[in-house]
Order: sequence, then structure tokens, then C-alpha cells
Amino acid sequence: MNSAAVGLCVDQVHVWRGDRHVLKGISLELRPRELLHVAGPNGAGKTTLLRVATGLLRPEQGSVAWFGKSIARAPSEYQSALAYASHETALKGDLTALENLRFMVGMKRRAAPAELRECLGRAGVAGCADLPVRVLSAGQRRRVVMARILAARAVLWLLDEPFTNLDAAGSALMSALLEDHVNGGGMALVVAHHDLKLQATQRRMELAG
Amino acid sequence: MNVGAWRAMMLILNRDLRLSFRRPEQVLQPLVFFLIVTTLFPLGLSVQLSLLRDMAPGVLWVAALLSSLLSLDSLFKNDADDGTLEQLALSGQGLVTIVIAKTLAHWLVSGAALVLVSPVVAIGLAIPVSAFATMLLGLTLGTLTLSWLGAIGAGLTVGLRRGNVLLSLIVLPLAMPLLIFGAGATDRAISGTSAAGALYFLASLCVFTTTLAPFAAAAALRIALD
Repeated sequence: MNSAAVGLCVDQVHVWRGDRHVLKGISLELRPRELLHVAGPNGAGKTTLLRVATGLLRPEQGSVAWFGKSIARAPSEYQSALAYASHETALKGDLTALENLRFMVGMKRRAAPAELRECLGRAGVAGCADLPVRVLSAGQRRRVVMARILAARAVLWLLDEPFTNLDAAGSALMSALLEDHVNGGGMALVVAHHDLKLQATQRRMELAG
Repeated sequence: MNVGAWRAMMLILNRDLRLSFRRPEQVLQPLVFFLIVTTLFPLGLSVQLSLLRDMAPGVLWVAALLSSLLSLDSLFKNDADDGTLEQLALSGQGLVTIVIAKTLAHWLVSGAALVLVSPVVAIGLAIPVSAFATMLLGLTLGTLTLSWLGAIGAGLTVGLRRGNVLLSLIVLPLAMPLLIFGAGATDRAISGTSAAGALYFLASLCVFTTTLAPFAAAAALRIALD
């Protein structure tokens, strides 16, 4: 445990989906320089928990706070601090990788094309910058998503199965980027059903099915 | 360095227009439908110019309404399906801003395009040139209003797999005043009487929907994202 102030605080969250009680009083805390790995079997509510943490899904009971402020009360402040990657890539096949980044990152902050290209380079897809996303492979698209997360320069990363479709080199790169982010003072909430191979300190939370 | 609402709207407009022009068949489909219906009608009627002239406003407006409905389904659906809508909702910009930008982009490639080709159609339907100004103004107001109404419908049906039937059922009754007053205005302009009353009514509907529909559609999207 480090002594920094709690960044993200999910407190006693309950979510029902129809008759199903998906999240039963889940609580978690995330401080700067921390990574929390949420694991659990399929259908345990990992993605639901992540969506609650983004604020997209409002829990029936419980609250989510960002540095002590309820995220429902100050949504745009919280949203500018987070970068979310769902299992959908949210990339448009008819736009190039660079255009996709420009429009998505541009909604959050002003970023020069050179900077976006550099982020694509860090994610290992510099050569795909001017190709339409529809011709990229699933793994390359994942890397473009990584570039989008990097370019957003957010403090809090919320990643849903970020290792899907990535090859060995891609997984290693993703791990390295996560470590850099956390060691640089960032926070990350990572949903993955397998173990993360990280040097950085990480906590693990298991959701029961 | 936060991004202002205006700049965010310009980005979405730019993005949506770019996407539309990379898939021109999606833009052209409603326009072609509009052209086909309005050119087939005179061929199916008896060769009396007076009859055609009487029916022209109705034909023009019904075709415009139905062809606009064709493209409404995709207003938010494409973005909702691939996760873009979630990203937009988390971009720090309000959903209302996003709805306004997306609806305007949609109107530019559907409604505005339809208004641009309408003079060609009008000649085919024997509408006199003197009535063009009223017809163009009426169609501009009408299609814009329809886009706003459609945004509410599209927001409500975005989570459904085959929402387009329901979308039509939601939007069409609300669009009836548009048809009545739009066709009425064109009809009056053809017969040479003042169309001001009907145009004012269309304009008031347009202002009404422009101010309120973005909030309603944003609320509908909010529910869909939940």
C-alpha cells in the first residue's frame, strides 16, 4: 500500500441486469502508481465493473468517486482524466489509423499529427498510419487502440482485455507500456482473464462467477 | 488544454462527412429513391398536366419524407455498434454536443442533398418555377425538422437489432404536420396564393425541434449506453 491519496474509489457497488445480480457489493481503491488486475471467469461481471468505473453504467447502489468527488457530479472533469478501451476497438474501417486517432483524441485534447504518429510508432504500427483501418489485422487494430490510449495522456487507464489478439511481441509491448504508465504516476484498472506478466507492483482482484 | 464544444462539433462533423463520402452509396441510396419515386409518379398517371400539378406537392413531400426515413436508422447505430459512441460519451464533451454535430452531419448528406436535387424533380412534376423559392425553403425547414425528430427516434431505437420499423413508427406520426404544412405551402405557391402561414408553421416546428430534440435524443442515448 502506498500513502498517496485514493484516486479512483468504487464503493459497495451493486448492479442488476434484469433479474441477475451481477455486481454484489464490489469495492475497490486505486492510488497513483498502482495497477489493479481484475480477474475472474467469463460472465463474472468484469466488464460490467469496468463500465461502472467509466461512469457509462450507473450502479443501482453504491458510488464511484474520483479523488473524493462523485463522478456523477463532475463527469467531464473525470472523463478528461481517463482513457477507456473496451473490447470493441471503436475504430472506423474507412478512416486511416491516423484519422481515427485524430478524431478520437482530438475530442479530448489538441494533439499535433506528429505526436499522434509518434504514439502509433510507440505502439509499433507507425507503418499503418496512413492505411485505412479496414485493411489492418485484428492485432494491428489493437495496437492502434494502444496508440489512442497513449495519445490521450490520461492519468487513469481502464482497459478491457487489452492483450486480446496481440502476438508475443505485442503482449510484451503492452506490458511495458502499462509499466511505464504506472511507474510514471499513472493508474490502471486492467480486466484480463489470465495473469499479467508485469515487473511493476500490481494488485489482483478476483470476481467470483 | 481542454477542447471546446465548438471545436468538438467541428471534429465530429468533419469525421462523419468524411465517412459518408468514403461510402458514397450510403449517401446516394435515399437520393436515388427520391428521384425514382418522383419520376415514376408522372409516368403512372394519365397525361393531364392539371392532375399532375395538383398532386405534385403531395408526391414531392411524401417522397422526401420516406427517403429521409431510409437513412435515419444509421444515425447513431454505426457508432453504437463499434464502440465509438461509448468513446464519444467519455470524451468529456456532453452528449448534447455530440447529438447536435451528428444530426447536422446527417442532415447535410441527406436533407440538404435532397433539397439540392429537388428543383430537378420539381420540373419533372410540372411545378412552376415561380413556386421554387417556397418549395426550397419549405423542404429545407422540413428536412431539418425531420432530422431532429429522427435523432430522437434513432436514439431510442439504437439498442435494437432491427430498430428501423419501430423508428418509422415513432417518427412518422410526429412528421405528419410537416407533410401537411409542407405540401400545403408548395400547393399555395403553385396556385399563386400566399404560403406565408404554412411556412411560418414549418419554421416554428423547426425552431421547436432544434432547441428541444438534442436534449431528448441525448437522454435516449444515455439510456441506450447504460
